[in-house]
Order: sequence, then C-alpha cells, then structure tokens
Amino acid sequence: MHSTQDCNKTMALLDVQNLVVEFPTRRGNLRVLDGISFSIEKGEILGVVGESGAGKSLTGASIIGLLETPGRVSQGQILLHGQRIDHLNQEEMRHVRGKKIGAIFQDPLTSLNPLYSMGQQLIETIQTHLPMNHQQAQQRAIDLLKETGISAAEERLHYYPHQFSGGMRQRVVIALALAAEPELIVADEPTTALDVSIQAQIISLLKNICKQRGAAVMLITHDMGVIAETCDRVAVMYAGRIVEIGPVVDVIHSPAHPYTAGLMASIPDIFHSRERLNQIDGAMPRLNAIPSGCAFHPRCDKHTEQCKTHRPELMHAGATQAACWLVAKEGV
Amino acid sequence: MSTSAPFIDVQGLSKHFDVSASFLNRLIEGKPKQNLIAVNGVSFQIEQGTTLALVGESGCGKSTIAKLLVGLYEPTQGSVKLQGVDVHACYRSPRALQLRRRVQMIFQDPYASLNPRWHVQDIVAEPLLEHGLMSNATDIEQRVGELLSKVGLNPLDRIKYPHQFSGGQRQRISIARALATQPEFLVCDEPTSALDVSVQAQVLNIMQDLQTQHGLTYLFISHNLAVVRHVSDRVGVMYLGRLVELAPTDQLFLNPQHPYTRMLLEAIPKLRDTGRARTPVQGEVPNPLNPPSGCTFHPRCPQATDRCKQERPALRTMGRIQIACHAVT
Repeated sequence: MHSTQDCNKTMALLDVQNLVVEFPTRRGNLRVLDGISFSIEKGEILGVVGESGAGKSLTGASIIGLLETPGRVSQGQILLHGQRIDHLNQEEMRHVRGKKIGAIFQDPLTSLNPLYSMGQQLIETIQTHLPMNHQQAQQRAIDLLKETGISAAEERLHYYPHQFSGGMRQRVVIALALAAEPELIVADEPTTALDVSIQAQIISLLKNICKQRGAAVMLITHDMGVIAETCDRVAVMYAGRIVEIGPVVDVIHSPAHPYTAGLMASIPDIFHSRERLNQIDGAMPRLNAIPSGCAFHPRCDKHTEQCKTHRPELMHAGATQAACWLVAKEGV
Repeated sequence: MSTSAPFIDVQGLSKHFDVSASFLNRLIEGKPKQNLIAVNGVSFQIEQGTTLALVGESGCGKSTIAKLLVGLYEPTQGSVKLQGVDVHACYRSPRALQLRRRVQMIFQDPYASLNPRWHVQDIVAEPLLEHGLMSNATDIEQRVGELLSKVGLNPLDRIKYPHQFSGGQRQRISIARALATQPEFLVCDEPTSALDVSVQAQVLNIMQDLQTQHGLTYLFISHNLAVVRHVSDRVGVMYLGRLVELAPTDQLFLNPQHPYTRMLLEAIPKLRDTGRARTPVQGEVPNPLNPPSGCTFHPRCPQATDRCKQERPALRTMGRIQIACHAVT
C-alpha cells in the first residue's frame, strides 16, 4: 500500500510542505515548527496529536493564517488546492478563512461575541461569505442551527451566548464554521472544555456533518481516544516536528516511533486495570533548548549514539511513516 | 468490616449556596431568595489506606465535597468525622491546627496553586513553619530536600521558582508541600486534569508509591474514568449533588448498575476499537437551580418510568454496592 504522501498523486486538498514557523525574540529565533509536511485529502479526517508545546495548535494557526505576531512562516509553503495561502495579506486571507477553511476552537465561550445574539453572529458570517440578503441569511442560520441539533432554532436565534450551555455553544461554533460551506475545517481541541457525555455528542455531530458535506477536517487534540474513533489518519507531533504519521489503526495498534509507543502505554485503560502505568520520564524540551539529533533521545530508552547527533527524517515503517533511526535499522 | 469507626465517615453532607440577587433587586423585581444545592445528603466512608474516587460531570458537586472535607466550606447539614471526631466542630476549636496537619489537599491547577514569587523552598516549607513543626533553618532545608526527592525532584531544585518547572513538576511540588506535615488523609481535586498523559502517568505513579509507603488515605476527585479505574479502590458516581452509585472499582467498571454510570462508561472514547462510534447520550446536565422532579436523571435516562418522574430513589445497599435507582432491583 502506498502512502498518501507519495509525490505521484493527484493534488491534495491541503498540502503543507516543509513548514517552518519561527518566533524572533530578543534571545534569538525560536523555531516552533521545524519542517512539517503533510497533506489532507478531500473529505478526510486527519488527527494531530501531541502533548502541550508540541506545536499542534501552531500548525493549525498557520493554516488558517492566525499566527500571532511576531510568529511567522519562515520556510516552506501551505497549498490549498495547489494555491499558496501562507503569504496572503490580511484582507486576502479573510476571504479564504471562513469561506474555504472553517475554524473551531477549544473554548466556545471565547470564540463567540458575548454582546451579539447567536442570530446576529451567524447572519453576519453568512453574509460576509455568501451573496444573500438578510432574509435568506436568517433562513440559512436557522437551517444550520437545526442541522447542528439545536431545537427551537427560530427562537434560539435571539439568544445570547451566555444563555447556552457549553455543549450548545460548541454546536453554534460548528454552525458558524460551516456557514460558508468550507472544504476544510480546522478544529483545535473542540471537545476539551466539555464533559465526556457532551464530548461524544459533539464528536459524532462533527463527524457526521462533515461526512455529509464532504468537508475535510484537521482535528487537533491531545486525546488519543477521540483520535481513535474519529480520524482516518493521525500525525503525532513532538517538539515542533511530526514524529509519526499514518492510518489511525496502525499508529494506535503498532506504533513505530518509541514516543508514540510510550504515549499509548501511558494512557490508563478503562478495561484493563494495570498495577502501574508506563511513564515516559522527563518532559517535553523547551523551545530554546531542543536537544541535538532526535529531539526525543533524552527521554528514549532505546537511543543510540546516532540519535544524539543525527536527526532522523520521516521514513516508511510498514503502513506508517516514523522519524526514528530504529525504523531505518530494522529496515522495514 | 472493622468494629472501630471508619477513618473518614461522611453522613448526610449537604451544602447550599445562596445565589439570590441582591436585596435591592429582590425588593424591586420581587424575586425570591434562591438557593443552589451543590451537595445534597451525601454519605460515604473511606477506610484507612484506601482510595475513594468521586466522578461526575462538571457541576455535580465533586469539588464542593473536597472543600467541605478539608474545611474550606462549612456544611449546611450533615457531618464529616475523621476517626470518630467531627472535623467541622474541630476546625472551630483551638485544636484545629492539629487536625489540619493530618488533612491536606492537592489542587487541580499547578499554575495557580503555587505562589510565583516564592522559591520552591519557601513553598514547601510553609506548612512546616505554619504548624510549628520545625524552626531550625538547616533542619527545614534538609526536610524540604527529602520531600522533593520523595516526589522525584532534585533537592537542589528548592532554590528555583515555580515558573522554572513544567506542569507535571509543579504538580509534584504541590504534592511535596501537601506531604510536608506528614498527613494521613489527602484530598486530591482533579490532580492530573491539567497535565499531559505521559506526565499524568508520572504523577499517578508517584501518588501510588506514596500511598504504599506511608499508608495514605486518598479522596480522589476526577472526571476521567480511566484514571479513576487505575487509582481507586472504590468509586462514587455523582449526579447533581447526589451519589447515585457507590461500588468497589472492579465491580463498577465490569458491571455498572446505574443508567448514569453506564452512560458515562459508554461515553468514553475507546482506544482499542478504532473507528467505532460512541452512542452519544442525549441531553445535558440540567440547571441545578431548577433540578427535575423525582430522580434528577430521568430526563436523560433511557429506562425512565412515571415513577422516576415523581419519586426520588433513595440510595440503597445491594450486596457490595450502593445505588439510587428504581429500575435496579
């Protein structure tokens, strides 16, 4: 089976090539993303998983053009339908964002304006991107709310964000993201602020609604469980790089990279109680002190001399690709 | 089944919060006084050296119970007894300091619970000084070093500030601080919720080791059922301020009885079966200011009958479990 990353393929919906994002500071350049490449096909759900500080949210922010200054894309490119979107100016990017790429953020309360009713916010978004009059936009807003499972949508259009619960707000945020029928949705931790029972509702809503519309999703989360049930492929990030990428089943059941394996083993399992959890000693390195060679080597119990000096690139490891010298040795 | 009093004995614990509008607003708008019942008649026991976990969704009263147990809140009704001594009466008496030494708390957010202006040395030594356990500077320094190495940090870390540590390390500093007075009972309110999984494993392992070494008793509050399964001996499931099921951990996970417990277990994403969709449960937690009649879970319950709408089920003992549900017989 050929990986989707092979170069002789049809054009992907989103193609990120060797993306480098840097934050110039007084103490020098902090390289927060270091050569990230991946692609998302039409209608595909790609999960991006990693611990805090791995750079997953920054990857999402670069794609939707919301990198906070002084952060900047210093190398590489982001292609949407084969067209570069990483060097557009603010105004041009506004047309891409919302229209072609929708965004869902972690905290639904801060992504909605508390001073405007749900209807005003939805109608504004719809009219910005679609040529509709107020009446049509309002009807579309009602349809969107109904589609995201909000009952009595006509009445709730006049509600303000504080009158909704967390789960309902996230439904409205999903409605907002879908307002202009984007082909790609970047969802950054969409369920982290929600309770488990609500989390299940939101995930299945997101999954179904995107499937119906054929929209692709980049799902950023730290929760492996959410990735397992939702995504087609998953990219595991560590210290600003992708360390493993491949089909979800393979990455979860037979991880090739020691970091992925450690991560999987440290998750407590609801069905099998274990005496002791496997732990990965140490912590994610700071950005100003990324270890030489493979950034994971100080925490890896299988590291060799080569790992300390030479940085591994992504290599084929069975069905997945992993950036690890062990994979090269085993000659998979 | 020991004959002596259980280590922690909570009986009929309730906490009401007054959330009424201000006096003037009530007068003008004619609004009545309003009480939020955060915890409603909760009873449980914890045996020495074991862990009881409380789980539930946000707003079910887990954290209120934690604060009631350590004396940060006064109960509206009911009592908490530690080895037969009423703790709230004790907190008001001159013996309060002795009791506080035995009961300590670990908070959720390791970023908010450590003073950023203090050295780790001062943070960990504060309980020692506060309780007058030590006064000699070199003794204190040595004790702080011991405590830090106990939680897997370097004793030399004591001259650093909290911002120089990662989240997991900070949480270990709060554990070291909680251990300083050699407590017997630790109340842990979501101790690993703010941490990444690999670091969560480190902290949970340390907590487990400390329990075996020192015979600590834990009340472990979490919304993460997988973590609860791993650390606890017994689990109490809460919904809208009440306990709905209390059972030994293995029994609860292998054979959950209450529909709400089953729903919570079902709602967890399973790592092992990839791509299998969860069956999401409909509805959300009702407003605690205006809880449903009868069994408060009935609007979301697939097994609800007319009886559930009218009559609130009491917590009954059935074998080794306690359960509040009409459908379970």
